[in-house]
Amino acid sequence: MQTKYLIIGSSHAGLSAAEEIRVHDQDGTLTMISMENCLPYSPTILPYIVEGKVKPEIIYLRDEKYFKDNKITFLKGKKLVKLDTKASKAGLDDGSEISYEKILIATGSTPTIPPVPGLKESPYHVLRTMEDALNINKAAEKAKSAVVLGTGLVGMHAAEGLQKKGLKMDLIRGRRRAVLPNYFDADAGKLIHQVFIDHGINCNLDQQVGQVESGNGKLKVTIKDGPVIDTDMVVVGTGVKSRMEFLFPDVQTGEGILVDNMMRTSAENVWAAGDVAQAADFFADGKILNAILPDAYEQGKIAGLSMAGDPAKIAAFEEIGGDAALSYPGGVGMNTFNFYGNRSFAVGLSLEGEDSGYEIDKTLLPGGCVYQKLVFKNDVLVGAIGINVAMDPGVVMNLIRRKISMGKDKVEFVIKPLYMGRRLMWKNWLGSIQIAR
Amino acid sequence: MPIAYNTLMVHPEKCNGCGDCEVACAKVKANSTDVAHSRIKVIKNLTEEFHGPVVCLQCGDPNCVRSCPGGALTKNPETGVVVGNKDKCVSCTICTLACPYGGITYNPVIGNVMKCDHCGGDPECVKVCKTGALVYSDEATVYKEQIVNEDLFGPDLAACMGCNMEILVRHALRHIGPDTVLMAPPGCLPGVCAVGFNGATGTKIPTTHPLLSNTASMAAGLRRYYKRIGRDVTSLCLAGDGGAADVGFQSLSGAAERGEEILFVCIDNEGYMNTGMQRSGTTPFGSWTSTTPVGPALKGKPGIAKSMPLIMLMHNCEYVGTASTAFIKDFHEKLEKAHQASKRGFAYLHVFSPCTTGWRFPGDQTIEVQRKAVATNFFPLWEYERQTGQFRFTHSVDDPEPLENYIKMLGKFRHLGKEEIEILKKTAAERLKLLKAFASSLEEASQAAS
Repeated sequence: MQTKYLIIGSSHAGLSAAEEIRVHDQDGTLTMISMENCLPYSPTILPYIVEGKVKPEIIYLRDEKYFKDNKITFLKGKKLVKLDTKASKAGLDDGSEISYEKILIATGSTPTIPPVPGLKESPYHVLRTMEDALNINKAAEKAKSAVVLGTGLVGMHAAEGLQKKGLKMDLIRGRRRAVLPNYFDADAGKLIHQVFIDHGINCNLDQQVGQVESGNGKLKVTIKDGPVIDTDMVVVGTGVKSRMEFLFPDVQTGEGILVDNMMRTSAENVWAAGDVAQAADFFADGKILNAILPDAYEQGKIAGLSMAGDPAKIAAFEEIGGDAALSYPGGVGMNTFNFYGNRSFAVGLSLEGEDSGYEIDKTLLPGGCVYQKLVFKNDVLVGAIGINVAMDPGVVMNLIRRKISMGKDKVEFVIKPLYMGRRLMWKNWLGSIQIAR
Repeated sequence: MPIAYNTLMVHPEKCNGCGDCEVACAKVKANSTDVAHSRIKVIKNLTEEFHGPVVCLQCGDPNCVRSCPGGALTKNPETGVVVGNKDKCVSCTICTLACPYGGITYNPVIGNVMKCDHCGGDPECVKVCKTGALVYSDEATVYKEQIVNEDLFGPDLAACMGCNMEILVRHALRHIGPDTVLMAPPGCLPGVCAVGFNGATGTKIPTTHPLLSNTASMAAGLRRYYKRIGRDVTSLCLAGDGGAADVGFQSLSGAAERGEEILFVCIDNEGYMNTGMQRSGTTPFGSWTSTTPVGPALKGKPGIAKSMPLIMLMHNCEYVGTASTAFIKDFHEKLEKAHQASKRGFAYLHVFSPCTTGWRFPGDQTIEVQRKAVATNFFPLWEYERQTGQFRFTHSVDDPEPLENYIKMLGKFRHLGKEEIEILKKTAAERLKLLKAFASSLEEASQAAS
């Protein structure tokens, strides 16, 4: 089979790239491959399926009509197992080969299983695919208890979801002695931790898992130097790694597939975007994984532009400057985490402790679950955390990415970040689209 | 197929922070007095005097739609409004992280996100906004109606950059359609090659180049001929003010008096612009032109302009109207009425058409100049229909802006002193008085009759 554009993966990065390609090239043959035998969906929705917040049948992001209307060939249930970048040929698990002109690897990541003795041999759950979510829900129907490994987003969401189904819950951390350490600081993590404890989830952050055994449909999870927990199911959410085992050495990888600011890999005509890609860091030199939904669709868009856009027009547009990011500005950590009726978000640098060169403004109300942290570097916001505070996360995100120097506005921003954020928005990036009068 | 949508326009410089919009929104959306439910937010600063509404802009390529993990947000292809599906929403609030404009926000009272949906096309906030900071623009309906009609002018017309005539004529022909024969007398229209170059017309309909003096006669003859052979063809004149008000007036007046079934459009750029910006009968008092220059002896045109629309009102026409492309919906409504009227009798449409070269203003101000001309009552928008005996202003003439707001935009008025401006003001006021008198006397006459 031949195709001009080949996209491996059908979540946000892949879908975004396909849309962007069609903006520039309405006719070039476009093929999208998903290893799962269903319509495209987002792994981000899976925790909510476990929590019962949405029915699994309605969460698909595209239907057959979309692919037909946009002349995209969508191949389900096929996996990329081989990539010959010199011959521009992709080999699938059914033995077939696809010749392409340009390929985008948007295969996302797969859960890592920690080297806990006995874990791999035991029946455990992960939460990365729709099948995983449905399996968890099925097991939870009969289970009376569960142990969740990992205090990252997957672990926390799974713990809340299963607790709400009435299971007795134990939540054990992974490597780091913190709750959601990738996004929140220690103070925020503590607040979140307490809310989970208040809802009856056992979570002693001093405990780490020692080993796992299974037999007769039950499991035993032994805490290192600690008690043994009898449980009906184990869910592992201790991290993910980029899905890139099919790549030859001519595509450079680190923790992910290394890409430049147009999402190009080291191999010609090969792009990568989304959770699988390791791209520029907004705050520092070097390249990082930034497995965040909004980053995935942005990277996908840039990849699509790079694959199908007119290079002369791109260069000309970049020269005159413009509001849209035509190249990747670097990854900024960002997330929302809503738990037990509380809402929280974190963007940018959360920073532990005092760091010279940064100015930190913290508001922590005692007794409740309200927390606000703003991190500045020379009047420019570089990070923000909010738990149950009123702020526009997207506005805050733009203040960080556009490196808006607040000057004297900083004083008011710290007191009323919601209103002042909006004022700064009008001043800096909304006002510019007004018609000149 | 390109598409355009109705828009909620936001003018922050007009916002006074009254918050009435928030109250109205909370009431209609949540039946509540708690403005936490309002989808539109007013900025409240501590120190700086700034107000501005913050509301969903219904982006063309919405970040929130792209970032929703459940596909709960979609852009309605008919209305352009970004809508949320409650069944699919899991309250992950990633949309609030994706939106750079504070357009979708978390409502703690309901524990979920909310956003503006234009109230189905009739926004409540717009109704209560007294300063005009919020405006609902439905000009997109014009686009949707007209885009399916073919542009019957060719490409590559050689108009000046910022020429309003080109906008005007392309819209007019799209609306009036291909069963039309076009009269384009000497002026800018043939000047940009509409009547032809290199052996082909610049139009896709039969087009003729009458003399400047006999446009209406030719149009009348052609209409009569087509009728005689059983064809209903619109006879359309697109004449400049030279071909209508000055040397073309004799034939125009005669055709109107005889009730000829033609649609005569005067494209009034207040001068003979094609031949080098000479003065005409419609050039306003004080205008610089190449034949009324500014110097020690003369300060622009020494006499006031005659009002062609008022003159044509006295000709028993089926329809007389004034229009401007800055009010495109109104323009198309009048084109429709004038077109229909031309099947029964004489229809005259006088369209205000600023000339960036002759009036000396930057080309990108063409529409704004027209807005100011209408807002200051320099060029009121009205229409008269003989069938109903109705005269009405189609744009309010109450509370006009000061005329200076219009005058200062144009280089041709740059030399005017206070006395000259007073004359312009007086002329505009007298004209408006005449129009209002005409309106009220018609009113009296119809009441007396009934």
